[in-house]
Amino acid sequence: MSRERTAVAPAAGKSPARQDLKTLAREMRRDILTMIYEAGSGHPGGSLSIIDILTVLYWRVMRHDPERPDWPDRDRLVLSKGHACPALYAVLSRAGYFSREELWTLRKLGSPVQGHPDRLRLPGIEASTGSLGQGLSIAIGMALAGRMDRKSCRVFAILGDGELQEGQCWEAFMAAPKFGLDRLIAIVDSNGGQIDGHVRDVMNVEPLPEKFRSFGWDVVEIDGHDFAAVERAFDAALKSATGRPHMIVARTVKGKGVSFMENDPAWHGKAPKKDELEKALKELA
Amino acid sequence: MAGAATREAFGEAIVELADQFPHMVVMDADLSKSTMTQAFAKKFPARHLELGIAEQNMVGVGAGLALCGKIPVMTSFACFLAGRLETIRVAVGYNRTNVKLVGTHAGLGIGEDGASQMGLEDVSALRALPGMIILQPADAAETRQAVRWMLEHEGPVYLRLTRQKLDDCHGADYQFCMGRADEVFGPPGGVARPPDGRSRLQATIFASGGTVPEAIRAGRELESRGFKVRVMNAGTLHPFDGEAVVRAAKTSQRIVTVEDHNVVGGLGSAVSECAAKDALGVPVVALGARAFGESGLPAELYEKFGISSGHIVDACLRNLDLPEN
Repeated sequence: MSRERTAVAPAAGKSPARQDLKTLAREMRRDILTMIYEAGSGHPGGSLSIIDILTVLYWRVMRHDPERPDWPDRDRLVLSKGHACPALYAVLSRAGYFSREELWTLRKLGSPVQGHPDRLRLPGIEASTGSLGQGLSIAIGMALAGRMDRKSCRVFAILGDGELQEGQCWEAFMAAPKFGLDRLIAIVDSNGGQIDGHVRDVMNVEPLPEKFRSFGWDVVEIDGHDFAAVERAFDAALKSATGRPHMIVARTVKGKGVSFMENDPAWHGKAPKKDELEKALKELA
Repeated sequence: MAGAATREAFGEAIVELADQFPHMVVMDADLSKSTMTQAFAKKFPARHLELGIAEQNMVGVGAGLALCGKIPVMTSFACFLAGRLETIRVAVGYNRTNVKLVGTHAGLGIGEDGASQMGLEDVSALRALPGMIILQPADAAETRQAVRWMLEHEGPVYLRLTRQKLDDCHGADYQFCMGRADEVFGPPGGVARPPDGRSRLQATIFASGGTVPEAIRAGRELESRGFKVRVMNAGTLHPFDGEAVVRAAKTSQRIVTVEDHNVVGGLGSAVSECAAKDALGVPVVALGARAFGESGLPAELYEKFGISSGHIVDACLRNLDLPEN
């Protein structure tokens, strides 16, 4: 009933070139760090690791319309690792879902830009998340509903690797292949870090590709900061009709783009101080 | 008159209402034989989802279905469903999704399967979630109407059902009203209002679900011994009918609550909260489980855990100065 729209690029009015996407992602990295600095708390590490994937999704892959956030045929994205919401907020604001000024109210009393995403307060948020392990189940429900209603919408879910320690994830990994949901695309942001340290030390979850294959998923493993590879992985997943759900294991760098944050679990959930922000923004200039 | 288990009435109701609610999707976690959804699954296979023994995922999938316009009705035993509280809290409660949680096999009434299968904390847990409506019908007629109301309502609902058969307690003209407790036993001619000291009822008994037949039996026994009591069926446990508590306080010497559930956080707490809020100064005697359950016949368990008609009679008459239990 609704006409389908392809990826929306509010600034250019059409999909930007890959080089422009990189610039856009770099600008949004600056937004992420600035909003967390302004808030005085938040999660920079896991936000910086997913921003490139989100950029490709919102400007190259997803069918969405910031003018109509409740468009019934839109593609859905569930950010299961809800603590990385500064990245999603930066993306939604740049895409035109809400004003960029809102970003600087992150985590402030009464703000629609909550510490973890709240679908009832902010347009563009498909599900309120933050309690880890829940997002893929919700995405499965969305994909099932889409199929029951014979809609062509696709559903994306971004999970953290530390998050996979939650048992509910594995219930969901069993369920999606059972229902043959090939319009469901899950992305694991494999940045190797979590609050208490490295994932491999806290509670190892690897080898992920083998595990997902054995559960019945179509799996690809990519560099989650290689824009071309990310785009190729989504294209391939969307084109294939294997009757299997798609899993993209994106190997990423926690804190990507800021030298002193990269691969340091200490930056999982800590706001930069003023001098640290300035140093980071200079690196991202 | 011997009636049906409320889970049976639920199973029939979802089949009857399927055409009127085309967005309804029924979900199971390997207990469809017990939760009575098999008839629906057989008749509407495209609208039935079997999720296996994985209730957390079922709750989340239901939330996702609801976010895309479906009305998911998910069933399991009360304890296994409410036991996934964290998922229900966020995916259903905080997301305010239009999810219908149906917990069957509530309380001690399941009998022989014993403690680990008895939901005795589900109401306390779910009552703390803002926006969650909790219904516990007491017979087949109430169940059918409650199911219809639940499907019409936009928002999360928890429907608590029994394994055991319950006598019909409502007349043919019964009308379900969410949020209202209704009288299922009372003195002929009603209660004089405003009451003087002598015409006050000995007690108003609030019961819900499996304890309603016990409370009615207790009412009859007390009536035969010359005491006037009224029995209220609390078919909605949350939000609670505060006006019914005020009425009970004004017309009764005491309030007795009886629930097949832990005495903390359920019906007894709801009534006490209403009484305290309005400073009604009426004693509230709360009967309910104070320990984990065990195996036995339902009647034996109701006796042992203090929620049988005999215990209710005693609670209506005993000297309140005596220490409880």
